[in-house]
Amino acid sequence: MSETLTQIWQNLQNIFAQLSTLYIPPEEIPAKLSMFQYPFVQRALIAGLLIALCSSLLGVTLVLKRFSFIGDGLSHVAFGAMTVATVVGLTNEMILVLPVTVLTAVLLLKTGKNRKIMGDASLAMLSVGALGLGYFIMNKLSTSANVSGDVCSTLFGSTSILTLSKFDMWLCVAMSMIVITVFVLFYNKIFSVTFDPDFASATGTRANAYNTLTAVITAVIIVLAMNLVGSLLISALVVFPALSAMRVFRSFKSVVVCSAAISVSSAAAGIIASIFIGTPVGSTIVVAQILMFVIFSIIGKIKSKG
Amino acid sequence: MADYQTQISCRDLRLGYEGRTVTEGLTFEVNRGDYLCVVGENGAGKSTLIKALLGLNPPLSGEIAFPGGLKAAAIGYLPQHNAVQKDFPASVKEIVLSGCLGKGGFQPFYTREQKALAERQMERLGITEIKSRCYRELSGGQRQRVLLARALCATEEILLLDEPVAGLDPKVTKEMYEIIDSLNKSGVTVIMVSHDISAAVRYASHILHLGPTPLFFGPKSSYVKTDIGKMFTDYAGGDDK
Ligand SMILES: Nc1ncnc2c1ncn2[C@@H]1O[C@H](COP(=O)(O)OP(=O)(O)OP(=O)(O)O)[C@@H](O)[C@H]1O
Ligand SMILES: [Mg+2]
Repeated sequence: MSETLTQIWQNLQNIFAQLSTLYIPPEEIPAKLSMFQYPFVQRALIAGLLIALCSSLLGVTLVLKRFSFIGDGLSHVAFGAMTVATVVGLTNEMILVLPVTVLTAVLLLKTGKNRKIMGDASLAMLSVGALGLGYFIMNKLSTSANVSGDVCSTLFGSTSILTLSKFDMWLCVAMSMIVITVFVLFYNKIFSVTFDPDFASATGTRANAYNTLTAVITAVIIVLAMNLVGSLLISALVVFPALSAMRVFRSFKSVVVCSAAISVSSAAAGIIASIFIGTPVGSTIVVAQILMFVIFSIIGKIKSKG
Repeated sequence: MADYQTQISCRDLRLGYEGRTVTEGLTFEVNRGDYLCVVGENGAGKSTLIKALLGLNPPLSGEIAFPGGLKAAAIGYLPQHNAVQKDFPASVKEIVLSGCLGKGGFQPFYTREQKALAERQMERLGITEIKSRCYRELSGGQRQRVLLARALCATEEILLLDEPVAGLDPKVTKEMYEIIDSLNKSGVTVIMVSHDISAAVRYASHILHLGPTPLFFGPKSSYVKTDIGKMFTDYAGGDDK
């Protein structure tokens, strides 16, 4: 008994010893800061912040439409497509992954309205199926020496954001610009369709067209976000900023603006922190998002009391 | 109410979902300035009819015509127990403004006229003071006013109201009826679904009583004379007086 206790005590001490490595001595800070002059770090920051911005803009709509799960399903499909692309030996996986994911998104939305065919369970089936198949293909057919490392980085995006090529970054920038432009131009319609689709289509707004548009944009963002946080953590980018903002703000516009701010700042904090303390980018960003959520929940509580 | 121009004309409609008929043999007309009240039991197909008129759920057979050239953008709609979720963050102003959207095709931002229109409708329904409040924090009566203001932003021609007074207290219900009545008097055609037959008989000009087949359609003066009309008005009259 006492042996187990000593064992636990020792483990705890180890954990604290590990935690202390999170502390950066002041004299090391300039060296760490000099990291930011490397192009690959700058590229990671630019791409990361844009992806975070886009996913939070869309996240509000997705959360309110109860579509959070679609993001999750799509990211798993994107993972499956990614493994196929890797095994086939495509140099640029996007060529396969992007169309497959966009297509799935459109199909999901088309059938999603007809609950009899595409219920909760079938979506779960699709998403887990793609994940399992992807891992299977990776394991069996990959020529890479480090299969589990590859899988891990596709799922959790361990370092891929830091290895973005110039082309990848510009692709990210271009896609984000398109997404942001579409969002701004159609903002009012998106609000109307999200708030009350029946009213919107009854008064002449093509609700279905906007739903398809949302699905396509979601798919694009998910493929981009795989670089940043990996496919398992994408939902965090979509869900956390929106939910945090909704704790405090009460109008659609303020929620959108606030969730964009939350998302960008936690992505920045996450990327910078991951460089300083050497943790994986994706999970560090998610930790930052969780902290933000806690802070906003507390603010929301105080605000509603006061 | 001057010209009796037909706005909606339905001929032998059969309504339902996925081939399953809810109601059939529906023939009626709505003229400019009419106040048509649609009554009937739960599940009689009242909301289904409203959705068919809005083009959300096309009829299984039969024809809905808009002889006056009424366009979708000219229909204002107040949904039954609003499909809106509890936690939706939206301010009153945002919701009322969204009623203006159907009109212009591609239009990224609201124009000054649209903002003025929204202000006018909020004024008209007495919700100007609460325009920055959050919709989900409002009372049932305030919510209905907000949705009515939104519907009015969409049109001044014809309003489809699906149980606008459901869940409201008697005082607010009366206010709501009076608002609708004054809108109708100012020239808006009203089609209202209601379970409140005594109010229907008091305010409406025409009654449509739905069942598996339509039980009655015509002016309310003849409705109160029919057996079914008597049955319901006597029954409803009991708790009204
Ligand atoms: N989306 C749907 N899919 C299939 N059947 C439906 C759908 N909506 C309604 N129904 C069915 O159609 C019938 C009529 O429904 P409807 O909503 O029109 O009734 P209602 O007259 O509005 O009733 P209430 O007074 O309760 O509002 C009901 O039997 C209902 O089960
Ligand atoms: Mg109904």
